[in-house]
Amino acid sequence: MMIPSPWRADFPAIAALQRQDQTYLDNAATTQKPQALLDALTHYYANGAANVHRAQHLPGAHATQAFEASRSKVAQWLNAGDSGQIIFTHGATSALNLLAYGLEHLFNPGDEIVISALEHHANLLPWQQLAQRRELKLVILPLDANGLIDLDAAAQLMGPQTRLLAVSQLSNVLGVWQPLPALLAMAKAHDALTVVDGAQGVVHGRHDVQALGCDFYVFSSHKLYGPDGLGVLFGRNEALKQLRHWQFGGEMVLDTDYLHARFRPAPLGFEAGTPPIAAVIGLGATLDYLTGLDQDAVNAHEAALHDYLLKGLEARNGIRLLGKPQLALASFVVEGVHNSDLAHLLTEQGIAVRAGHHCAMPLLKSFELAGAIRVSLALYNDSEDLERFFEALDQALELLR
Amino acid sequence: MSLPADAVTALEKFQNAAGWEQRARLLMQWGDRLPALNDVDKVDANRVHGCESQVWLVGALQDGHWQFAASSDARLIRGLVALLLARVNGLSAPELRQVDLPQWFNQLGLSRQLSPSRSNGLNAVLQRMNELASLP
Repeated sequence: MMIPSPWRADFPAIAALQRQDQTYLDNAATTQKPQALLDALTHYYANGAANVHRAQHLPGAHATQAFEASRSKVAQWLNAGDSGQIIFTHGATSALNLLAYGLEHLFNPGDEIVISALEHHANLLPWQQLAQRRELKLVILPLDANGLIDLDAAAQLMGPQTRLLAVSQLSNVLGVWQPLPALLAMAKAHDALTVVDGAQGVVHGRHDVQALGCDFYVFSSHKLYGPDGLGVLFGRNEALKQLRHWQFGGEMVLDTDYLHARFRPAPLGFEAGTPPIAAVIGLGATLDYLTGLDQDAVNAHEAALHDYLLKGLEARNGIRLLGKPQLALASFVVEGVHNSDLAHLLTEQGIAVRAGHHCAMPLLKSFELAGAIRVSLALYNDSEDLERFFEALDQALELLR
Repeated sequence: MSLPADAVTALEKFQNAAGWEQRARLLMQWGDRLPALNDVDKVDANRVHGCESQVWLVGALQDGHWQFAASSDARLIRGLVALLLARVNGLSAPELRQVDLPQWFNQLGLSRQLSPSRSNGLNAVLQRMNELASLP
């Protein structure tokens, strides 16, 4: 059965990679970019770059207009409505660090921060370090056999001492939607703040932050077919009131003398210094492109590809999947084969997949693994990409076994 | 400076290898021939960090000549390490300082294994060897 991608030609890098005999299946790390984004970047740089929110001149006005239009597009993409603000950061990691520093004043020794066992280092280390600074307890929600956060355990582990819950929507290793509604309800019952790491989740399907009801939602542009160096932090209005300013500098200040300052509210108060203007404009173009796609068709395509991937892996001997992936990716190890050897031979054959700990060392350790191979899909992948991967996998295993 | 005998053999084999498959087979053969490392040497102090696999490297000067021993739980990196040892074992300290190891892997047709994004650990092994060799 062939599964062609009707959107493949919209991403010029895919053809370029193919000319270099490379099959790109590392999309959970970063994605290729649509032509619409390349055009927007070229247009911006070719027609007059200018700084935003500063100058009264015409180029400045144009840049600011395009920049703020992107902010609206992101808000629409997440259906934020008037419920909150979109803050641009330099990545999902910097958005999570902004939260860990900007909310620090709310925590007292003995308070608890709750995360899960599957968190990416970006949603682990900022909280771990905050816990160390403030003598807090970091509570780790365990997973069940399918890679889902164990809700019974979560109910036991969360309580009045829980001040904040920070969890991923979709794991970058396990590829399973986490039971966010139940978890967020538990956190809210204890008046805890809620942070959702949407770095992987935002790429698959559409999400509604109002329906989700989280206080903060974080994602990175480059995984959503946008430019790198740009992250997005959605904050609900009430939650943003508790967020203190973190980084200080140009354009985030209302007025200052040498010794004192007053700062702007969100979003500009949290965007110190010149933001990644071109990247923000580029993300707007990417969102325009994505909005123009038939989302049901994209979902169906991704589901069919994922099914194809799982069936192919299951048809081979000795392959052990990590968890029970539902979408987007599959991580696996092969009995008796070191993942470093397998990665080496896949690389030799032009297969771009990820091997290693996937920035989730504690999770891999819980599987008693030093690493795994991850195949991750995007809307431009097709069944031929997967066929090339399977051929290379068979060749590699034949050599190694 | 003439090449050690093992290095001459390696060069001959690898330069005649056609394609990635044959190179991979050769690497695994070289890795399989690497003398086993004593279990007492497989300790954290001898671990080379920055590798996806576990790699251990020990080295000592014997009568003025370097003798390194190494191991890994992954086969291809073990082969790469074996090729490294084939080039450096038996050299004097001044000789070792003069060896261009990236160039050695380049001659073997394996330069890609040293690109900065490679996490297989060959870079880390080279760095560790330099550290060992520069100890007084």
